[in-house]
Amino acid sequence: MGMPITIEIVGEVNKGVFVKVFNFFKEVDARFSTYKKDSEVSKINRGELVKREFSSQMLEVLKLAEKTKKETDGYFDVFHKGIFDPSGIVKGWGIQKAVGIIRKNGYKNFYVDAGGDIQAMGNSSNGRPWKVGIRNPFNRFENVKIVKVSNCAIATSGTYIRGNHIYNPHGLGYDEIVSISVLGKNIMDVDRFATAAFAMGRKGIYFLEQMEGYEGYMIDRSGKATFTSGINIYLESDGNN
Amino acid sequence: MKKFILWLITGGVVLSYPVFIKVLNSERFGDDSVIPTPTQISDQTTPTPTTFNNTPVVSGSTATPTPSPAPAANRGKYKDGVYTGSAADAFYGNIQVRATITSGRISKVDFLQYPNDRGHSIEINQYAMPILQQEAISAQSASVDIVSGATDTSQAFIQSLSSALSQAS
Repeated sequence: MGMPITIEIVGEVNKGVFVKVFNFFKEVDARFSTYKKDSEVSKINRGELVKREFSSQMLEVLKLAEKTKKETDGYFDVFHKGIFDPSGIVKGWGIQKAVGIIRKNGYKNFYVDAGGDIQAMGNSSNGRPWKVGIRNPFNRFENVKIVKVSNCAIATSGTYIRGNHIYNPHGLGYDEIVSISVLGKNIMDVDRFATAAFAMGRKGIYFLEQMEGYEGYMIDRSGKATFTSGINIYLESDGNN
Repeated sequence: MKKFILWLITGGVVLSYPVFIKVLNSERFGDDSVIPTPTQISDQTTPTPTTFNNTPVVSGSTATPTPSPAPAANRGKYKDGVYTGSAADAFYGNIQVRATITSGRISKVDFLQYPNDRGHSIEINQYAMPILQQEAISAQSASVDIVSGATDTSQAFIQSLSSALSQAS
């Protein structure tokens, strides 16, 4: 992990809700970080905990990971190279939990953005759905697609060509993809499918096409985008996106 | 409108993400807006890349560099040459880069390993393969509230690049 988290709530807000969500994310980090020696994940990887000693949050995440693995034909797997690393699933799960905390505190118009994975609820301060830009994988200062998000979520998996450096894609196939964004009802599902779809390479967009309730926007390394047939529901109706 | 931004530092490798809390009003805060300056990182193992193509590679141990403060003299000054970073785990696979230093600066970065090299392919024969629409991407000028962009793989890229640059320091 190691990423910024942004929360924006429209209207008059009691600062206490930010503290609650902040504390929740700190707890998630302490429990799930593979870099912290005393995290629950690290203890599990050292064999220091048996399953009945796992926290309820850990069990919840494990169950979700297993479900995702089945749904993605094994492309999503929190066990790789013999090490348990749930970070690919904890982010979406964590955002979804944070959204629940904010809603429980009575707020309807807000978003939670953790490293570019976003659940946006209600409308922005102008009374319209939140406008989300999909970042240009080749230029971080540009957006290449604008989608409107209200009571739904978007996650993007991929990589970037950064700065002025010349990147020689030595070893990359011509067809390799650099970014895939997934849109759907809730961030937990959207996040894990974005992870899996990116791992599938060019086939990821077809995986999303056949998934009911999810839309995708995939960018390959030649700058060509391929998108699912239902993505129009997330685009501006005036065609300006 | 109240906005709350939290930067989490969870990675021992993450170089310049400070831990702080900001409460802002109507202000966007870009994420990782600077490319971290590589600090002195002791690279415990530097696996020799055995293949430079798409064959899945069993890499050596992924180095977990220990971050320490960079002496001011090191910043931006690299010895000319070609340096290979350790393979960093990008979750779906490894990223490994090789940095070329010319006149003390990064002139080229090659990918030696890249995710998506799975070695087995998902069986999608059972799915219909529809023709999906395509378009050339282009910059959109309209303003947005939020930006969605990838971070996971780029983190591994930074790790591998930093371990290459630490050899050039």
